[in-house]
Amino acid sequence: MLVMALWFFGNLQTPKDKDFAYAEFGRLPLTANGRIVPLDSLARNSLLEIREKQTLNTEPWKAWNEHPKIIPAAEWLANVMMNPAVADEWPVFRIDNPDLISLLKLPDKDAAKHADGKHFSWNQIQPALETFDKENKRIQGVEAANRTAYENAIAKMEQRLTRYAQLKNAVQPADAQDWPAELAAYEKLIPDGVAAVKAQQAGQKYDQNNFNIFVAYIERFQFMANLQPPLILPPNGPREWRRMGDALLEVPRGTPVDDAIRDYARMAGAIAANQPDEFNAALKDYRATLVPSQAKALAKAQAEVFFNQMEPFYNAMVIYVLAGLLAVFSWFNLSETLRRCSFWLIGLAFVIHTTGLVYRMVLEGRPPVTNLYSSAIFIGWGAVLLGLILEKFYRNGIGAVVASGIGFITLIIAHHLALEGDTMEMMRAVLDTNFWLATHVVAVTVGYASTYVAGFLGLIYILRGVFTKTLDAATGKALARMIYGIVCFATLFSFVGTVLGGIWADQSWGRFWGWDPKENGALIIVLWNALILHLRWGGIIRERGLVNCAIFGNIVTAWSWFGVNMLGIGLHSYGFTEAAFKWLMLFVVSQLAFIAFGLLPPRLWKSFNRSATRA
Amino acid sequence: MRIKPIVDFFTSLKLTATLLAFAIVLVFVGTLAQADEGLYGAQAHYFKQWLVIGAHVFGHKIPLILPGGYLLGTLLLVNLVATHVYRFEFGMKKLGIQLAHAGIIVLLVGQLATDMLAREMQMHFAEGETRNYSDSDTQYELNFVSGDTGTAISYKLLKAGDALRIDSLPFTIVVKAAWKNSDVNFRAPMMQNSPPLTTNGIAVNFDFKPAEDVKAMDQRNVPTAVLEFTTAAGSLGTWVASDWAGDASLVESVRNSYAPMGMAMAQKIATQLVAPQTIEADGKKFTFMLRPARVRYPFSLTLLKASHTVYPGTDIPKDFRSRVLLNNPQSGEKREVEISMNHPLRYGGYTYYQYQMDAGQSAQMAGRVPTSVLQVVRNPSWLTPYIGCGMVGLGLIIQFMYHLTGFVSKRKTK
Repeated sequence: MLVMALWFFGNLQTPKDKDFAYAEFGRLPLTANGRIVPLDSLARNSLLEIREKQTLNTEPWKAWNEHPKIIPAAEWLANVMMNPAVADEWPVFRIDNPDLISLLKLPDKDAAKHADGKHFSWNQIQPALETFDKENKRIQGVEAANRTAYENAIAKMEQRLTRYAQLKNAVQPADAQDWPAELAAYEKLIPDGVAAVKAQQAGQKYDQNNFNIFVAYIERFQFMANLQPPLILPPNGPREWRRMGDALLEVPRGTPVDDAIRDYARMAGAIAANQPDEFNAALKDYRATLVPSQAKALAKAQAEVFFNQMEPFYNAMVIYVLAGLLAVFSWFNLSETLRRCSFWLIGLAFVIHTTGLVYRMVLEGRPPVTNLYSSAIFIGWGAVLLGLILEKFYRNGIGAVVASGIGFITLIIAHHLALEGDTMEMMRAVLDTNFWLATHVVAVTVGYASTYVAGFLGLIYILRGVFTKTLDAATGKALARMIYGIVCFATLFSFVGTVLGGIWADQSWGRFWGWDPKENGALIIVLWNALILHLRWGGIIRERGLVNCAIFGNIVTAWSWFGVNMLGIGLHSYGFTEAAFKWLMLFVVSQLAFIAFGLLPPRLWKSFNRSATRA
Repeated sequence: MRIKPIVDFFTSLKLTATLLAFAIVLVFVGTLAQADEGLYGAQAHYFKQWLVIGAHVFGHKIPLILPGGYLLGTLLLVNLVATHVYRFEFGMKKLGIQLAHAGIIVLLVGQLATDMLAREMQMHFAEGETRNYSDSDTQYELNFVSGDTGTAISYKLLKAGDALRIDSLPFTIVVKAAWKNSDVNFRAPMMQNSPPLTTNGIAVNFDFKPAEDVKAMDQRNVPTAVLEFTTAAGSLGTWVASDWAGDASLVESVRNSYAPMGMAMAQKIATQLVAPQTIEADGKKFTFMLRPARVRYPFSLTLLKASHTVYPGTDIPKDFRSRVLLNNPQSGEKREVEISMNHPLRYGGYTYYQYQMDAGQSAQMAGRVPTSVLQVVRNPSWLTPYIGCGMVGLGLIIQFMYHLTGFVSKRKTK
């Protein structure tokens, strides 16, 4: 427990900048996805999208014990934005689809040639871009639902290439050789260039040379702006957050060049010339200009960077695994020490989990659940809390296994959902209401969490009953009581949550119930829980029936949580990923398998056998 | 004496469990079917239905018979009420459960009432325009105007092959075709056109053809009818009456779809589409059009400003907002109101919700006057879900606390 706590707090230490102050660079604010973020978050989210990791391994062909060079996201981003000559050599694009790899003529795995067969650099991909564009144009005409795995890989690659191009054009034109010098030359040229263009348009004599150079500048900046990269320039007087390209296009119209434009150019020049001191000085100057007017943005960016480094959900996930293993072992040797150890470890992970959850809420200024990603985090949180409470009362290791099991699984799901990009995206107009997010969404999610807790208890019953001899009649009875109590709890929350959703709909567009797939999914959970309770009251099912029904509740909840989103219809559909569908199917099949085991006649169970024959 | 088995049947837990199980299957199948049949189609086929015969799942037709939403709802209601009547006990032990079930009764009855009584309409206006009526979402009317007098015939009455005699009209309407949903296309000159439907009115310039029912939630059917008007003296010709021409928002969408041909051309096409169609009988002129059925109010709303904001640097909508002037000459009320997402206006038994909008940068750049669409709902039973939810929530909490306190004290005494 102490070891894990030390490990967690040890990770909190901010890495010190030795050379270039990249970590400091990562704390600069900008506007991306409609909100103020630190460059560090932009870097991490972009890397997640392009490479599916939050860091960059520049030597992926090396095994982990050969110590490949890992660089942090902010350092990668700084080089992509301002030093593409270096960044374009880094193997940052992850490609798994073999057809796409061969289409782009990319090298196979060969450590001697510095290739791992999965990660490729811009310079490796660039020669095949024409071929790629042709394929991409073709598949844009194919409806997303009808695409093959190869075509999906192309579509994904297109998004990654676009993101990369946006980043390369956020600070300077991607093809700039010496940006500070070019910027100065542009500024100097403006009076003559504007005169030349005006003369040309008026049909008068004009300086051909000035005209050509000036128009070339404008076209490059236009290209930058059209890519719609993040808004990197801070507000200045009447001007709001702007894109670099837009700001540069404004200069000939009489808008003066902002200090921020010059500071970024200085940083770019310093990176390209490998002058860390100059870079750090420029960075410091830029920060100083932000302090008076952008104090809030700076503070928010700083706070978010701290959150990024804390990685609370990842750390909690690791501890849950450990705690879960300890609790399972405690069943076999019945060691009270192991069980206690597990209980306190879960407590530690839960504190970290809670810290992350609350930190996120404060950063966003929102209730805990705002999208699919945060629903996974919150379901995990609720289930862990319920599991801890059960453990506190029953002290038999079961609550501990439920807590750590569901905590781990939901955080893994969240981890994969985070690959989609920014997890703190802005809320669309209809969802922009903290009141309903805090009531309806939270209640429904607690309903999900508790249904999963009941289902997980059912799994434990079957696993221990069928495959081990550890399930005695008293434990079985205790498990059934737990399931019953949790199902009651789940009924309450899923019902109230679902009806509150209807009331929200009534407030938003005057229709209490619209048979939207997500509404129906929630309704099925309510009906299923109600059905379990009525079956139990009517004596139609007993202990084993209850257990099997609770496991089926897992399927029902998974359907409502993810399945309905895959139908691609209705207000709540968020788009569907093939991988997610595969996992959902796998989950359903596994749960059905457990139910099948649960239906085996008692004489085939390892537990109960003796007591059954005796009776 | 004979009543006991019936009472036993309707108050049994087995019936409840069976109904719940069927409800789960129905909702599940009805949800899957939405991908094939569309939201409204699935609602009509599965939920607003007594008996479901056949289902569409993943593009396949599956032969099955299920009790529909109405049947299940009614049986559940009978089951609940009967149980309440025959099994009612007073006491703390059952108080929560009874309250919760009473709440469910309120919810079920409320939904039934909503289903029968609620009306959904829309109000479509541009900045500066005033409306004292709203358009039905699903009902259409064939409207004849002669001088100051108007006659509206519900579109539902138009059945292909029928001949309608209306007292106030001096001619018979022979319905040649009445399509629930239709497409419209401009008959571009110099193109290979098939012969027009008729040689009168808008059919000269536009082709209309039947289309499949819409499936998406935010779309609706656009009906078109082909009609012949006859008098004792003979036929007045065959004409096309279409909602494509009768609904301002649809005319606008037709205009926008031809915008690539140039704004002037698009405008010309739109003008031809709304050109009035007039017939003469008994010495009187009748102008007719097919349009959404209207509901009129004794007050009016004027759209002062429609605003649509996005998050900086993105297309993610942040806010939709309509500022309207509410004018009620009867009560002397004249005040400005703001209607935005999640903040409707409730007035005169109707509720006005922000629904759609064409405003903000995109409208500005295309040179369009900002427009706003309000969803207008009249639902006398809108409060029932609030009451029902409160009752069930409270009931379950009471029951839950009752058991929990029992459980905790039992564990403590151990």
